[in-house]
Amino acid sequence: MADSTETSPEVMLQFYRMLYPFKSIFTWLNQEYTPKDLFTHREFAFTLQGDVYLRYNCFSNSDELKKQVCALNPTRFEIGPMYSSRPSERKLARSVKSGKLFTPLKRELVFDIDMTDYDGVRTCCTSAGICKRCWAFIANAVRVLDAALRTQFGYHHLLWVYSGRRGIHLWISDDEAMGLTDELRRAIVGALTVIEGGKEMAKKVNVRGTGTKSQPGELPPSLWHARDEGSRMWYRLMDDQECFLSEDGWRTLLKLVPDKKIVDTLEQRWEKQPGLKSSKKWDELKAEVKDTGPRNFAALEDIILQYTYPRLDAEVSKHRNHLLKAPFCVHPKTGRVCVPVDPNRVDDFDPNTVPTVMQLLQELNRAGEGASWENTSLKQYVDMLDRHVASILDDVRRRERTKAALQTGIFELICISLQDLAW
Amino acid sequence: MFNNHERRKFNQKSEHSIEKEWPFRLNFYDKSPWYEVTLEEFEKHALDRLRILAEIESSFARNRSWEELKTVTTRQFKDYLPLNSNSASTVDTQTERRNDHLGHFVLRLAFCRSEDLRRRFVKAETALFRVKYESDDARERELFLKSRDFQWNEVEPDERKQYSSELKALGKGSTVQQLEEWFEKEKFYKVRWTQVPDLVNKRRVLLIDGWAYVPSKEQLSIVLRAFEANLENALDRTARSIMRMDNDSRLTDVLNHMSRGFVAGVASEYSSGPATGDEITADMVDDLAKRHFPLCMRNLHECLMRDRHLKHFGRLQYGLFLKVLGLSIDEAVAFWRKSFSNLTDDKFNKEYKYNIRHSYGLEGKRANYPAKSCQQILLADKPGPSDCHGCPYRHFAPDNLQTSLLATYSSQGLTSADLAEVMRTVKEGHYHVACTRVFEITHAAAGVKKGEGIGEGESVTHPNQYAVKSIEIEKAQLGDAMVVE
Repeated sequence: MADSTETSPEVMLQFYRMLYPFKSIFTWLNQEYTPKDLFTHREFAFTLQGDVYLRYNCFSNSDELKKQVCALNPTRFEIGPMYSSRPSERKLARSVKSGKLFTPLKRELVFDIDMTDYDGVRTCCTSAGICKRCWAFIANAVRVLDAALRTQFGYHHLLWVYSGRRGIHLWISDDEAMGLTDELRRAIVGALTVIEGGKEMAKKVNVRGTGTKSQPGELPPSLWHARDEGSRMWYRLMDDQECFLSEDGWRTLLKLVPDKKIVDTLEQRWEKQPGLKSSKKWDELKAEVKDTGPRNFAALEDIILQYTYPRLDAEVSKHRNHLLKAPFCVHPKTGRVCVPVDPNRVDDFDPNTVPTVMQLLQELNRAGEGASWENTSLKQYVDMLDRHVASILDDVRRRERTKAALQTGIFELICISLQDLAW
Repeated sequence: MFNNHERRKFNQKSEHSIEKEWPFRLNFYDKSPWYEVTLEEFEKHALDRLRILAEIESSFARNRSWEELKTVTTRQFKDYLPLNSNSASTVDTQTERRNDHLGHFVLRLAFCRSEDLRRRFVKAETALFRVKYESDDARERELFLKSRDFQWNEVEPDERKQYSSELKALGKGSTVQQLEEWFEKEKFYKVRWTQVPDLVNKRRVLLIDGWAYVPSKEQLSIVLRAFEANLENALDRTARSIMRMDNDSRLTDVLNHMSRGFVAGVASEYSSGPATGDEITADMVDDLAKRHFPLCMRNLHECLMRDRHLKHFGRLQYGLFLKVLGLSIDEAVAFWRKSFSNLTDDKFNKEYKYNIRHSYGLEGKRANYPAKSCQQILLADKPGPSDCHGCPYRHFAPDNLQTSLLATYSSQGLTSADLAEVMRTVKEGHYHVACTRVFEITHAAAGVKKGEGIGEGESVTHPNQYAVKSIEIEKAQLGDAMVVE
């Protein structure tokens, strides 16, 4: 854990002045090079030293944003939605009886996964701690959500960003995603939320349709991929986390098995064998379940989902006006930069090797006069963002071309019919 | 007069053309009224419709099942808004449908004024439409659906084949053979997923690349969603243009009166001040909780005492409950400060005090938030893996619920013999009935009998109602005791 000098105001100011990629962030939010509403009507919120919180800031371009960030020197800043008018003029918009209201219109679809939600199933760390081993949960979450959002919802522009300590954020910039209403956002979150029920609910996965006594309800097709991913990492996860090693652990497991006979047999057996490895216990459970019908088999699938399925912080995604920390901010407790993460190589990502702000400034010093982020290890991450932005811009251009083509098409049609008339 | 003959002819002709204006019993209300209306009609048909909508709203508030709601509403329909199908030749279906149309549009004017009213109006109107839809003649319904473009396409055979195993998983059938048969007969429609958010939410459709594959048994969802979206847009437009409406006091008075009536008609919001008459102080909470709180609040209280902390929605549910019970802002700050004893003053003031003040309407947009009703607790903000809020009857595993009931209420007369009955109602999904039964059992010593509920057979629909009634009963008892002395 970093000490306080790591993120002292002086260090942060240097970081904003020399390293923060304002240009890339601007183009990413604006989806075009010349500033438009998507950036100018966008809310920025600053958290200053001493936890002063400033909301409803907005800027005309990236230079203005940089100037203000350097002037205020916040510990971090957050990005909100594009409103129907400039957030700084919200009082005017609200007061004028023109029917023009101050409402959020567009916003990236965002998701937040936080390691604390996994406290019930991880054994290596608790609350704020994170290690390479916990990261396996996050990596699986990224794989499952990335695939679901691409193949099921058809989104392409997904940016995964490490949150600086124990979680990960996702920003989706597709045109349809930007315009989703709160209701539609709630629907997506609902579809992607599988772990439900409070502390006192043992079985937290209830996703099947109603079945009959012998035949369980089918697992919805949208979760098949998650089930397969979960099964793939299942033994690795058990060996790593040993979730069923302790008595608490295996008793929780048995609570999820519906067949009383199996539970009794295993309970008696496991009480006599403390220290039996999790994977051994699972094998024994599987052996018992074998040939006892599809109901028990379905319960095993549900258990795998309960231990591996992504746990979303749902509130973040449900409302357009929820603020989320901007990429490339520095986490005040760890000093680590919130860098983009490549979902295809998420397994190799190690939160402990993410550059800290101090480290970057040292690299900058070594590089000598006139150096910028290009001379530091931040470069690969900024490049990643730039590639992502380029694909968004491509998409925007393509959309505009089709629109233009459509218009000229209509124009030509009119010309032709006019010619017909002339004849 | 001499042209009487002519006039009759003309009337016949216009009747004929009206015939085409109202071809269906179902209506999406796309076209605003184009006919002349008397003031009496204006008010009468709107009020009749309002009665039905209010009944629908109170059905929601009472957690009635859809079937119950349907029976109640159908009965109301007969009295206030008769709508017959085309086959009813003796009835003037055209006038009936005109009244339906008129009533709807007048209420639009009355309920477009605030976001809250708009939301409730859309919800109630959509339920009303669904009642009509489900009771509609099958053939006429088919024609009605054909008359509109819902932008659905039937899934092509080769796609059906390609995704057959996924599509079959959407069906219900206890044997493989039944499932096959269902699949052979079932039609599937392809729509953008944004047209069926509720089906997406419940994972009842196959999603590929942003397209939802909807089995025809779920077709209703698409129709309802289209109806809802249509109405939402229309209300937005009405809200914007009503500001420019001439101040015709004949109309505005009627309209204001109506929107107030809708608000007053629903007793689901419990935002009144201290109902017990006494101010509650921070150090009374612990004692009150043990004697008077329903299980959800007992659970939150215990979690708070045990963990010295509650997560956001737990604080919200418990905090608003205490506020409405009569805990003043100063006492509330004192209570939470004392309860979060692990925190430094600095952290508490920075991160929690604002939220407490906010819930009392002293920060931010300064709204007076009502306490959460049972319905909200049951349905909104479902508890996550490490949350303590929610309704224990709904969100606890059965074993934990039994343990928790005994631990909490055995001192008040609940025995393990009572558990079977409570657990049965829980299993049937009647959580408020279970809670009401627990109230009866724990207040049996004060003379509350089975079936009395929290007075006159009412069941619990709001945690504050539970607590206030409990406090009242105790007071009455104390009063009696003094008289006897």
